[in-house]
Amino acid sequence: MALMNFLKPKNKLEEGGRTSAPVQRDAGEPEKSCPNCRKDIPLSRLWANDLVCSCGYHFRMKARNRIRMIADKGSFHELYSGIKADNPLNFPGYKDKIETVRSASGEQEAVVCGTATLGGQKCCLFVMESYFMMGSMGSAVGEKITSLFEYAVQYRLPVIGFTVSGGARMQEGLLSLMQMAKTSAAVRLHSDAGLLYIAVLTDPTTGGVTASFAMEADIILAEPGATVGFAGARVIEQTTKKSLPDGFQKSEFVLEHGFVDSIVSRRDQKRYLAELLKMHGGRAV
Amino acid sequence: MSEAAYDRVKLARSSNRPTGLDYIKNIFRGFIEFHGDRRYADDPAIVGGIASLNGSPVTVIAIEKGHTAKERTLRNFGAPNPEGYRKALRLMKQAEKFGRPIICFIDTSGAYCGIGAEERGQGQAIAENLTEMSTLCVPVISVLIGEGGSGGALALAVADRVWMLQNAVYSVISPEGCASILWKDAAKAQTAAESLKLTAEDAKSLGVIERILSEKDIGQKEFYDRIRTLLIREIDVLTNDLDLVGHRYDRFRNIGVSAVIKE
Ligand SMILES: [Zn+2]
Repeated sequence: MALMNFLKPKNKLEEGGRTSAPVQRDAGEPEKSCPNCRKDIPLSRLWANDLVCSCGYHFRMKARNRIRMIADKGSFHELYSGIKADNPLNFPGYKDKIETVRSASGEQEAVVCGTATLGGQKCCLFVMESYFMMGSMGSAVGEKITSLFEYAVQYRLPVIGFTVSGGARMQEGLLSLMQMAKTSAAVRLHSDAGLLYIAVLTDPTTGGVTASFAMEADIILAEPGATVGFAGARVIEQTTKKSLPDGFQKSEFVLEHGFVDSIVSRRDQKRYLAELLKMHGGRAV
Repeated sequence: MSEAAYDRVKLARSSNRPTGLDYIKNIFRGFIEFHGDRRYADDPAIVGGIASLNGSPVTVIAIEKGHTAKERTLRNFGAPNPEGYRKALRLMKQAEKFGRPIICFIDTSGAYCGIGAEERGQGQAIAENLTEMSTLCVPVISVLIGEGGSGGALALAVADRVWMLQNAVYSVISPEGCASILWKDAAKAQTAAESLKLTAEDAKSLGVIERILSEKDIGQKEFYDRIRTLLIREIDVLTNDLDLVGHRYDRFRNIGVSAVIKE
């Protein structure tokens, strides 16, 4: 299939409401309100549409749901699941905070790494977790992502990464900051080996992650409506005492300014990514 | 105890401290400044060019805050825009081409948080410096002389050696920003400063920097002479390193490894 076909937004709900898994609405089924169009959507219908509203609004998605959506069924093998944050600076409240987040999210850290196949082609995959301290990057996130790029160099695999992050994890101080340099060097190692790295920026991708591996991919994609930027909007308003332009730091704004290759709706991502892997010499395993 | 760290922050921010240009003028000879990123503009917050150190050409880059109110406004208070980082990278690639060591002086509260900065890709500019600096095949030494504000400082500090002045600070976020996010109270900046471990001693014990530079006679001839001697000696060591890029990779690769739990 030609890549051009993906550029047209496809929304199966708008094409007569048929989805790959047709759903009937039960009376009294729980609904979620869309912050964009304000409609209430039955949860089952939202799930059947990968958490995308019929208006195009993309709800946040947990890392493991995203992996289920992107990877071929049963192909994901997790790596580095035992690497997780300690409290290296004895930062006040950090230990309790992280324990609470762990039990609430079911994750040990803010990124899930592993290998998978997409359309039968093998790749390394990392997916950041918005439900874990808003994907903040500390030593463990940096170590896991760095290790994944090194693994990809060793086994000559492409890397696909989904980013979501509020930035560096301040409770790990300078050690967090240094993860930007560490991951960047690993991305460079992978790039110098002639291997492909595709980043998909999801809402929100900001701070130290934007200023490192999110912006270092060969091909940078973004989900519609995602906030992508370096500084926080409120900080910019306070610094400049100016009101921000409409759509500031949304993926459409970032595309217009030349910093992402394309905006790809969630429902098209798997085919789009599989096509890109194929065009970069991906082979069926 | 908590006042000590925050006192360092105040000292690091003091307008009485020597700025980037003072270091350039007093340590090197015959500085020739080069302007512009060749893409958009020249950023006055970052100064760069070539100079002579012990008779050999080096590339020097400094974030400049300025001394007077007028200078500080002109220099955007040392908060670089993307074009500043791109100018710095252009000069670093030029240094690599001609085999010159690179010396950076860092003093910034952070990369500028502005509308134009975002439109022109502040995050992308910093990210590109991080990847490119990681494989520069000439020696790089970065010296934090005042504030080392987050990614905006790191963008000039992917170096073989990172040194800090005794009262410089290096942090992932300002203590005020940290306090207002975590505790919704900017007045808790003292606690934040202490908790962030941002002093030169902290940075050294975390393995983030190699050396703390004494501030004895700061701004005097003796002070600059001392730094010059150290730079000359260290560049000599780095020039003889046959695996400079590999060692630089390991330097950053190892940071934080012992700060995680591996099950
Ligand atoms: Zn909607």
